[in-house]
Parts: sequence; C-alpha cells; structure tokens
Amino acid sequence: MFAAELLVAQNIGFAVIALAMIVGALRVVTTNNVVHAALWLVVVLSGAAAQYVLLAAEFVAITQVLVYIGAVMVLFLFGTMLTRARIGTERDLNNTYWRLGIPVAGVLFAAMAIALASSFGDEQLPKEPRVIGVQEISDQIFGPYLLPFWALSFVLLAAIIGAIVLARKD
Amino acid sequence: MLTSQFLLLGAILFCIGVYGVIARKNAVLVLMSIELILNSVNINLLAFALRNGSADGHTFALYIIAVAAAEVGVGLAMVLLIYRNRRSIGLDELSEMRG
Repeated sequence: MFAAELLVAQNIGFAVIALAMIVGALRVVTTNNVVHAALWLVVVLSGAAAQYVLLAAEFVAITQVLVYIGAVMVLFLFGTMLTRARIGTERDLNNTYWRLGIPVAGVLFAAMAIALASSFGDEQLPKEPRVIGVQEISDQIFGPYLLPFWALSFVLLAAIIGAIVLARKD
Repeated sequence: MLTSQFLLLGAILFCIGVYGVIARKNAVLVLMSIELILNSVNINLLAFALRNGSADGHTFALYIIAVAAAEVGVGLAMVLLIYRNRRSIGLDELSEMRG
C-alpha cells in the first residue's frame, strides 16, 4: 500500500519535472534572447538533476548541480556578455533554413519512439532498486575504468591550456 | 515507473537539441543545444543503470559531465576568438574553410 502511494508520487513528480524540462528545452531553442536561453537552460539542467534523484543517482545529481548549474552556466553567461555589446532581443539568431530542423527532429523522434515502444513497451523499472553508493562508483572509476579516467584528466588539462591559449590577447 | 518514460524523455530532449543545432546561427546557442543533447544521453544512461542495477551507467554519466565541461570551455574560448577577429559569431559567416 505504502509502496504503491510512493510509486504514484514518483510518477507525478516525473510528469511535472518532465513537462518543465520539455518547455524549458523548447524555449532554449526558440527564444530570441541569448540570456533568456541560458536561464531556460538552467531550468532544463535542474530538472535533469531532479530526474537523476528519481533514478536513484544522488551523486550524479549533485555533480550535475555543481558542474552544470554552477560552472557551465557561468561560462555561458560570460561568453554571452563578452561576445555581445548589448543584452536584449536579437533578430537573426536563426539560420535562413531553420525550418529544415523541424522535419529532421520529427523524423528522428518518430524513429526513436517506435524503437522504444517496440523494445521496452510497458516494462517496469525494479520496484526495489539496488542502491548504488558513492563507494561503488569510486570503485568503478578507480578500478576497471581507470584508463578512461586518466584520458579524461588529460582532456581536461588540454582543454584548460587550450582555452587559455585561445582566449589570450597578444 | 516505466523504463520507457525516462527513455522517451531523453528522446524528446535529444530531438529538441538536434533541432537547435540545425536551426540556430548563434554559436553560443548551438553550444547550449549540444548541452541539451548530452543531458538527454545522461538520462538514458542512468535509466539503464537503474534498470540493470549496475554502477557503470553512473560512471559513464560522470565522465560525460566532465567531457561536457571541457567542451564548453574550449568552445567558448573559440567563440571569443572568432568574435574578436570578426565582430560576429554567426556560424554561417565562417566560410574560410570552404573548398
């Protein structure tokens, strides 16, 4: 009984957050103001963090908030400020052939929806999921996935040096 | 909760991101659309991690977040450089590499 109520609550939470995310994502790709697009992107990223909590991935949710909402959004806002003289509505943010994107996205979504419906249908997620703690994730990262971790460290180092070299004035 | 509701949400976000990459001309907005795509992939990975009771999906999601941060850093540095040289970040005006 209690579990059933919990599942209903989870489904309602999922629906509300998913709706907010979809509206936010649509506004990101349709708004005429770059700063507004960045702020709508915050809605989508926060919603994604909430969905990660629903998916029992607390550590990834916290990382999402720290890295995306904390760092990446600040980068985006700085990039917006540094590349535009004024903040406000702009005319030509879209390509001349932007309508081409609608059928492409529609066909892609139809293909993925059909594939999902045929392969997963109404399969339920496990009612009592195995809790995956931070310790297990770190055992994964520093165990079987150590080599990708090293590669990722070099990628980040190269990105930092590259960003400094590119953006330096001389 | 169904498996397919999370996968469907990921698919919707992915398609919106693809539309944004195609339709947008401003380079910063294209980078934001790429962030939408990467987040939809993360939702899929974590849904499968819960479905299979495996920690691999969490690991991949963390790696994707790190790669996305690096990508945004380099991408915005390039956008700044292009803006400094051309006073514009419209992607349709970058035609030097056209054959």
